Amino acid sequence: MAEPLLRLVDLRKHYGGLAVTDGVCLDVLPGEIHAVIGPNGAGKTTLIHEVTGIVAPDSGRVVFAGRDITRLSLARRVRAGLARTFQITSVVAGFTALENVALAVQARSGSSFRFLRPAATERATNDAAMAALAEVGLADRAAIPAGALSHGEKRALELAIALATQPRLLLLDEPLAGAGPEETERLIALLTRLKSAYTILLVEHDMQAVFALADRVSVLVYGRVIATGTVAQIRGDAAVRAAYLGEDEG
Amino acid sequence: MAREAWLPLAVLLALGAAPFVGLGGSYETTLMARGMILGMAAVSLAFLVGGAGLASLGHAASLGIGAYAVAILDAHGVTDAARVLPAAIGAAALFSLVTGAISIRTSGVHFIMITLAFGQMAFFTASSLAAYGGDDGYTMYSRTEVWGARLLEDRLAFHYICLGALALTWGGCAMLLASRFGRVLRAARENAQRVEAVGLSPYPFRLLAYVIAGAIAGAAGFLLANATEFVSPATLSWQRSGELLFMVILGGVGRLWGAILGALVFVVLETWLAQQMQHWKLVFGPLLILAVLFLRGGLSGLVARRHG
Repeated sequence: MAEPLLRLVDLRKHYGGLAVTDGVCLDVLPGEIHAVIGPNGAGKTTLIHEVTGIVAPDSGRVVFAGRDITRLSLARRVRAGLARTFQITSVVAGFTALENVALAVQARSGSSFRFLRPAATERATNDAAMAALAEVGLADRAAIPAGALSHGEKRALELAIALATQPRLLLLDEPLAGAGPEETERLIALLTRLKSAYTILLVEHDMQAVFALADRVSVLVYGRVIATGTVAQIRGDAAVRAAYLGEDEG
Repeated sequence: MAREAWLPLAVLLALGAAPFVGLGGSYETTLMARGMILGMAAVSLAFLVGGAGLASLGHAASLGIGAYAVAILDAHGVTDAARVLPAAIGAAALFSLVTGAISIRTSGVHFIMITLAFGQMAFFTASSLAAYGGDDGYTMYSRTEVWGARLLEDRLAFHYICLGALALTWGGCAMLLASRFGRVLRAARENAQRVEAVGLSPYPFRLLAYVIAGAIAGAAGFLLANATEFVSPATLSWQRSGELLFMVILGGVGRLWGAILGALVFVVLETWLAQQMQHWKLVFGPLLILAVLFLRGGLSGLVARRHG
């Protein structure tokens, strides 16, 4: 078996007496889409925050590409190759779609402490940004202010920004949240396209999407991973059915 | 931008032509110098507020520190611009670096309050400088010399030096905001988390912007001390910081050159009203409030809308 790209080792986080992350161990292998599912309150959001550096775990380790990144800031993790999207879309609304992506391009190519030249005239930066926009199908929306894009387009733009950081791992935090049926279909098609090129840790509510996209699934309940396996294994797992699938999906 | 830029350019040209169209007297040039110098400080504050999203209520401290550097060196017989100007800029930049390193860790109301607190610390420090006039302020022996020449004493020369400094400030800040550095600042103003999520920490960018704005205000303080040949703690007061912030808002936060309009209109209105009546502040205050209420986007927004 290949060395995992991301390894969560016995992560624990308590809020008061509540164990929100209760000894989570999880591996993401290179090239796979690993989905994390779980009912509301299972601790998915906290887990993501621990992986991305927004919340520090009480104990345990986050190992990325063989390196312990447990104490690194979000920005440093991104520079190490761990890009993320947000559950609530996070773009710079006043920037055009292109400038949103160009910001990510300049962050990884050369210093951002450059003061003289107008950033908008950097050909190479703009070209790389356009390429990322084209990858998510937003090439013809490059000049539109991000705030004026539709919800689904903003989602795609956020993906383009993440891709522009040239990540080794994409962490997608409920990429389908708030999308209509048509947008969902388009986003799933987009994620399917990205699947071959990127390693993805996907946290998602939409079961249909998870079962369509994921190579492996981990089920999080009350801060614990109660099962990890292929889609077929998870569907057939009695404990998972009891804890999760049998219930209302909301 | 390009289409709107005719107005600030026209204002700068008008200021350049003013001495030759009957506004070359001592009274007029003094007034214009005050407007241009405060305009310079206001543009640097607009760079912070509108560009980096850092609404400082202590910007006058940097202005005052620049002015006090001139006064203190004057008291010790140092009047050469080659030494005084770098000292004024350096002192203001250093103050901004130290206070900014702490302030920028906060945000929103906390940032406003902490910059206000640092500004008041500078104010009370200046008030306690008995050797340099204390509360009463300090009257300079002479204006700063430029390589031995009494260039700043010349009314016209000083007018164009102020104008040049103002134009340079505007152009420089506009250039910074358009650069890679400025792009990070502008993005962080709207969405700091987004900047972190592309792998950049906004802190060093904001701190550098804070130091740059402080340095510009220090240079403006150098000119202000030379314009009035007098320095007092009032220059560092929070009221002055508030006035600068008001000039920025009056001009329109979204555009750097708005601060130039804001400062000029502020200075002219303040002077004119003060001549009309004794209790002019009773009129000035409500006027400012009305301007904020009804001029959304400020004076520059008004111009931009008409041409937008």
